[in-house]
Amino acid sequence: MSQGLVTMSYIAASVLFILSLSGLSNQETARRGNYYGMIGMAIAIFATIMSDSVSSYVVLIIALLIGGAIGAKAAFKVQMTEMPELVAIMHSLVGMAAVLVGYANFIDPTSALTGVEKTIHEVEIYIGILIGAVTFSGSVIAFGKLSGKISGNPVMIPGRHWLNLSLLVASIWLCTQFVAGAETGGGTFSLLIMTIIALAFGVHMVMAIGGADMPVVVSMLNSYSGWAAAATGFMLNNDLLIVTGALVGSSGAILSYIMCRAMNRSFISVIAGGFGTTSGGPAATVEGEVVEINVSETTALLKDSKNIMIIPGYGMAVAQAQHTVNEITKLLNGKGKNVRFGIHPVAGRMPGHMNVLLAEAKVPYDVVFEMDEINDDFPNTDVTIVIGANDIVNPSALDDPNSPIAGMPVLECWKGENTIVLKRSMASGYAGVDNPLFVHEKTQMLFGDANTSLQAVLKELQD
Amino acid sequence: MKIGIPKEVHSGEARVATTPIIVEQLIKLGFSVSVEAGAGKAANFSDKAYKDAGASINKSAEKLWADSDIIFKVRAPEMHPKLKVDEVELLSKGQNLISFIWPAQNEDLMNRLAAKEVTVLGMECVPRISRAQKCDALSSMANIAGYRAVVEAAQHFGRFFTGQITAAGKVPPAKVLVIGAGVAGLAAIGAAKSMGAIVRSFDTRPEVKEQVESMDAEFLMLDFEEDGAGSGGYAKTMSKEFIAAEMELFAEQAKDVDIIITTALIPGRPAPELITKEMVASMKPGSVIVDLAAEQGGNCKLSEAGKVVIKNNVSIIGYTDLPSRMAAQSSQLYGTNLRHLLTELSPEKNGEIDVNMDDEMIRGATVIKEGKITWPPPPPTLSAAPKASAKVEDSSAAEPIKEKKPLLPASVTQFIPLILGGSALYTVGASAPESFMTHFTVFVLACFIGYQVIWNVSASLHTPLMSVTNAISGIIVIGALVQISSPGFMITILSGLAILIASINIAGGFLVTRRMLEMFKK
Repeated sequence: MSQGLVTMSYIAASVLFILSLSGLSNQETARRGNYYGMIGMAIAIFATIMSDSVSSYVVLIIALLIGGAIGAKAAFKVQMTEMPELVAIMHSLVGMAAVLVGYANFIDPTSALTGVEKTIHEVEIYIGILIGAVTFSGSVIAFGKLSGKISGNPVMIPGRHWLNLSLLVASIWLCTQFVAGAETGGGTFSLLIMTIIALAFGVHMVMAIGGADMPVVVSMLNSYSGWAAAATGFMLNNDLLIVTGALVGSSGAILSYIMCRAMNRSFISVIAGGFGTTSGGPAATVEGEVVEINVSETTALLKDSKNIMIIPGYGMAVAQAQHTVNEITKLLNGKGKNVRFGIHPVAGRMPGHMNVLLAEAKVPYDVVFEMDEINDDFPNTDVTIVIGANDIVNPSALDDPNSPIAGMPVLECWKGENTIVLKRSMASGYAGVDNPLFVHEKTQMLFGDANTSLQAVLKELQD
Repeated sequence: MKIGIPKEVHSGEARVATTPIIVEQLIKLGFSVSVEAGAGKAANFSDKAYKDAGASINKSAEKLWADSDIIFKVRAPEMHPKLKVDEVELLSKGQNLISFIWPAQNEDLMNRLAAKEVTVLGMECVPRISRAQKCDALSSMANIAGYRAVVEAAQHFGRFFTGQITAAGKVPPAKVLVIGAGVAGLAAIGAAKSMGAIVRSFDTRPEVKEQVESMDAEFLMLDFEEDGAGSGGYAKTMSKEFIAAEMELFAEQAKDVDIIITTALIPGRPAPELITKEMVASMKPGSVIVDLAAEQGGNCKLSEAGKVVIKNNVSIIGYTDLPSRMAAQSSQLYGTNLRHLLTELSPEKNGEIDVNMDDEMIRGATVIKEGKITWPPPPPTLSAAPKASAKVEDSSAAEPIKEKKPLLPASVTQFIPLILGGSALYTVGASAPESFMTHFTVFVLACFIGYQVIWNVSASLHTPLMSVTNAISGIIVIGALVQISSPGFMITILSGLAILIASINIAGGFLVTRRMLEMFKK
């Protein structure tokens, strides 16, 4: 295949990728978008294999087939509640691939660049490997945290900001060493040291971030994996890689920004890690009495209500309660009640986590609303059911300027008539903040596993 | 312990202190319940229903009073018309009485009860703290009174509440003015609103504006700054100037509205007179005034307690027994308030009560403890809110000291990123070769396309977005593909591995996205 045709295929692939992402703007076109992505990818791979630069096929095809099989298996096996973990581990693969490609390119003897171009090329290799390595180790740690293999609490090393800074300085210094060494055919050592530093930096960065900030981390790593691909594109003079990498990179960056805004925190403060480092004074302590409710009272309340709102949180994912929630929703809808869902942008452990779970349970997506769409409707709501959510329904984010989550937009369920909170115990949320909602006069608590409680409610509703 | 429910003896009183549903719950708490025969008859609860719920029926009132450890009543004790003896005399040492008492108005009753060495809890004395809301019988009765006020008004009003356009002509909606937006006022607003009337409301406490508006009624404002909130959430007496402005507003409204419902009360004082003779005279014929404060002297000059009077073609309803007129409902709510109080008194749920004077809520409700008058209680400490705000003030006062001066004024700092970005671009542009610049152009444009495209992605599809971008970033496989044919064993190994893991990404990412999107079907 001629170079012209290959380039043309790449342009087609780029366009298809852009169409793929724009297809996700709503549910109707999203599936078509995904197919565009698949076609684009197939064209790109096919054109590359057919191009003049590829001459040996055995290893290539074997690797493609094995990799494809593993990926397909993982995709079919994964539970919807495990999506954040899967996404995190996939990011690590992109990072890993970027590192490998970078090294392969570095030791490739066929390169015939000289002068400034050679220097730029080496800097590109260096940056590609750096971003790839940070993405890789960071994603592995994120995977560990999300799957519970590593504790979700932020691990703070004293003087960590200085440590980060010195790592950055060291990387820049190593870069100059590497460029100088590469002139004379060396530089491998600097590259290896840098890779280790980058790996350590990735670990350290994600370890310092608390579990509640995981949506930001996951989308940030998504962004990194894109930048890694873009850097590889620069290294290989490949525009397709640059375009795709830039698309993915900006996508992740915007997601991170959306998540940060949803928590009213600056991106820097999330990345710097820890929680509550910015609050001015002691937060108001929560006083009051918790009012318990039992299953039959909950059922009675639901039967008497017209407008019902459900706010799911990570607890629903943990208890796998989404199917029960859907059954209850269907039943209540059948009784002529208006059941809607309010989703906070950072509910769960990755952007859009709750939507996917509800979709899995076949909750129709037109009753699922975002926070901004639904917050004004709470005064007309008879009952709000909060399933395993905490910080996203915490009134002190609005009332108490000293709360660690002050200023974070929250779902204002306390403005409705009644709120029932399903919770395992009175423990505080990931942010470790007390929640005055639980002792609010309109709130009643239904303790126990969310799924068990909801099953019981469902059963009584059916009777 | 045994709970006794006597029949109410006050003439016309239809309520009863418990209902069959509540009897079941009381028994669950470990108490036994005995009900006087016919106690619930006026509220349509038969003796059989009580019996089925697990209560025993006692024919003799005297015996019931003597046998019970705890007496639940609605009205304060008074002369028993059949036994010709005061109910106080039926009590004996060590017994507990829970009912409305009104200690401030009934000093003599308090002394006689104390002489009997009994423990008395007054339902109207339950403090107004958040925790005690479930026992707040005043609120639950006021709620019913507010609702009933509208029903009574509707009965005496000769027109529809809701506006209609019919073949027989157009009917304008009724205009209702509710004065005093407390519990009763809000209940009246809700009832009138749901019948279709245009509802306006006035209250001296500006903070209730939001509550009134949340009921979809119009809050009438005075052009006058004064906060009428007293302690414990009740209203206080206002200044002369304020009252003058207020009266002017009412006079103006009286000419316009069809129905006025007044609920204005100030604790421990006669009701303020809000609707004068002249205002009544200025109202349209057929209008209705419901005066919920008639018992305390009335908000309307012309109202008479317990009666409906017609003056100047305006019906003025002064019923004082509105909750009793909905006896089944008010018995249920009052009984539930009693049950909640009993749950507080019996934390162990073992059928024994403990009048714990350290508990703020029980302390407030207890007016006589074992013969000693404990009324009035020490002033209630309000719940968490004021404390929190005090703290906030502290810290805000401390803040200015902490605040550091920024190194540069804001007008300069906002340009720093621009300057840095500009100089970085300049450096790159000055030194980089042509080939790099073409790629860089592509890169920057792609970033902008990404920016534009991603903002349109629906929030509910963020997870599929992440997995599809994940799959797309597997495009890095191209990098490995173009290198695998380069000479060198190491390169083949590295590229082969890269192809392998990148293709995991591609296949996994696209397929899992597909799986997810399949679920997003309607």
